Amino acid sequence: MFLRVALLVLRKDFAIEVRSREILYTTLFFALSCVLIFAFAFVKEGKPLEDAAAGILWIAIAFAGTLALGRTFERERYGETLRALLLAPAPRPAIYVGKLLGIVLLLVVAEALLVPLIALLFQAALFTYPLLLIGLLLTGTVGFCAVGTLFAAMLVRARTRDVMLPILLYPITVPVIIAGVRGTSALLQPAPDEAVATMWIALLVCFDVVFVTLALWTFEPLMTE
Amino acid sequence: MKKLFVPLTVLTALMFMYAPVMIANAPYEATMGLVQKIFYFHVPAWMAMFTAVFVCGIASALSLFRGTPAADRVAAAAGELTVLFGSIGLVTGPLWARKAWGVWWQWDARLTMALLLELIFIAYLLVRKYGGPGSDKLAAAMAIFGMANVPFVYVSVNIWRTIHPLTTVVPTLGDKMGPRALAAFWFSALSFMLLFVLLLTMRVQLDERRAELDRLYLEEEE
Repeated sequence: MFLRVALLVLRKDFAIEVRSREILYTTLFFALSCVLIFAFAFVKEGKPLEDAAAGILWIAIAFAGTLALGRTFERERYGETLRALLLAPAPRPAIYVGKLLGIVLLLVVAEALLVPLIALLFQAALFTYPLLLIGLLLTGTVGFCAVGTLFAAMLVRARTRDVMLPILLYPITVPVIIAGVRGTSALLQPAPDEAVATMWIALLVCFDVVFVTLALWTFEPLMTE
Repeated sequence: MKKLFVPLTVLTALMFMYAPVMIANAPYEATMGLVQKIFYFHVPAWMAMFTAVFVCGIASALSLFRGTPAADRVAAAAGELTVLFGSIGLVTGPLWARKAWGVWWQWDARLTMALLLELIFIAYLLVRKYGGPGSDKLAAAMAIFGMANVPFVYVSVNIWRTIHPLTTVVPTLGDKMGPRALAAFWFSALSFMLLFVLLLTMRVQLDERRAELDRLYLEEEE
């Protein structure tokens, strides 16, 4: 039941997205613009600064993620469908999981484009340890979206939602950004340090477990009016 | 608590007056000398801050799941105190670091996480103030998530390489610097805790009176 509802919510979002592709295209383009802007800041005399690639990758993910989170729930608000979704005889946490899966999938698509692009533009050896990089990206994205989905859902009713989402989301998810950036840059060193990257993945897994549990636990009372 | 309020205020004031004497009498630390004395102020401030974080988090959880207005008031007060004691820690830390490390700020795991915690609770206050209707629930979630971040902050110093003194400084203080240093430390810590309790009570009472005033005002209008 739980999983079926979550998959249904995911399928609904997916169907809407496939028709319009609005969030996908805008998020991708926004991520690209971020990379471009940071390139101007971190490239000196034709050479990117050391570690810049890891930082740019994660900042682009965080910014694009915030945009996607805001848009997904804006669509629900605009269509006045969130209430209907919440009124459905389904466990509320399942709705949260469905939404979370949708946003994680969207960001994974964005990352699939960002990683090769950054590897190409900044001569970063991002593909030497593909499994570790995928581990970092996946755990990091889940952690970021776990907090983000909950806050974005709560902010739907608030007037100041556009400014409140980043204000609330960034301080809480900075551990994710730190772990992601440090882990990725450990892989980009001239002598890559797998142990450090694995340690950061372990921390990200802890973060994911703690915050997904908390979000599942608080989603029900938070979304009750 | 109301009966105890005045005696506790007097006691806390006296303790804060006597604390400098104890700190002055405590022996000097071998390598750092006078600079180390800020420790009697810095660590208790962080201890009070962490207490405030937990009070805020637990009270928020209570207000979220039970819907008690009293818990919400306690959470709001504790949120403000978190920022207050956190600022004390963030000001005293660099003062010490300037002398001990030669720089005001170091991007070390522990320092970054402490700054982060402060930011989370500033965001908490911002939501409370500007979040509009229904923001108390939002703020409650923020406080719970902030509290969940504390283990990441506390453990950070012991797992990751860091130049911040380890948290084991406190239990081994007596062995290293003698009982007088230990007494001065716990005296300061107790003073800060009392100050925290007093400020919390005061802030909660203020909010209670504000709510009561609103209620009376509405009654009068009807």
